[in-house]
Amino acid sequence: MFDLTGKTALVTGASGGIGGAIATALHGAGATVGLSGTRTAPLEELAASLGDRAHVLPCNLSDAEAVNALPKQAIEAMGGLDILVNNAGITRDNLFMRMSEEDWAQVLEVNLTSTMRLCKGVVRPMMKARWGRIINISSIVGATGNPGQTNYAAAKAGMVGMSKSLAYEVASRGITVNCVAPGFIETAMTDKLNDEQKSGILGQIPSGRMGTPEEIAAAVLYLASPEAGYVTGATLHVNGGMAML
Amino acid sequence: MSDVADRVRKIVVEHLGVEEDKVVENASFIDDLGADSLDTVELVMAFEEEFGIEIPDDAAETIQTFGDAVRFIKEAQ
Repeated sequence: MFDLTGKTALVTGASGGIGGAIATALHGAGATVGLSGTRTAPLEELAASLGDRAHVLPCNLSDAEAVNALPKQAIEAMGGLDILVNNAGITRDNLFMRMSEEDWAQVLEVNLTSTMRLCKGVVRPMMKARWGRIINISSIVGATGNPGQTNYAAAKAGMVGMSKSLAYEVASRGITVNCVAPGFIETAMTDKLNDEQKSGILGQIPSGRMGTPEEIAAAVLYLASPEAGYVTGATLHVNGGMAML
Repeated sequence: MSDVADRVRKIVVEHLGVEEDKVVENASFIDDLGADSLDTVELVMAFEEEFGIEIPDDAAETIQTFGDAVRFIKEAQ
């Protein structure tokens, strides 16, 4: 099950915990993967550990020109682009009353606008191929809201609305567009929380633990697979029951 | 002239699955040939490929009929 042999996948934010796990899972299912991110060293490291079928494609997602060029670079490197995983994201948390327009704009630019740009770049080859998988990594916060994250929540909710609309437009061409919405996942980001914060969060999670990057990757792998061809416009929540949506 | 028209007609026939004699000068892709809006985007993509030209989005929107397409391509070449 979930055989991606012969498929090519571009994963943004592959230098992070979740992105790295996604790339590893897709690669493990047989896909050729393009690893994108701003920091080259961790990408090179991941590519080396994956071995064959892994390409490093550094890209700064706040640079529009670089983002627009990325799908072409990926196609050149891998010979095609069947699967796009928009995983990269940044946070600039602050109380709404203190949030600067710059923090707002930056988060929207990297999390939402770069996703739009990459979708635009891959839809054409996917339409030609009559097959494609776009998986956008949203967040539980996009559905529930979170104090201090008005910008991030807006971007992540925006991603869901965009994905549904695009899913309508391209469904007849064999392209699916879905979101995965992680809850609290063990990554460098959540490592920074102190014990008190952690126990507060755990109290809200019926599973009683944080999720692992591999559990997000498994959801992405499913949505990328031929078996998920009838699933489109969906948001798969992977959050230990923290929000049952 | 006929060469461009023939090549455009072939693409339209193949893509929309219509009879060749329906693809006349004033035939509208959407109203007469059964294309949906996504089909028109794909036709433009196919024209770009066949003729090695770039058709910008605002120009693509003006290509409504078979005749429009032939005229645009001949000018662009």
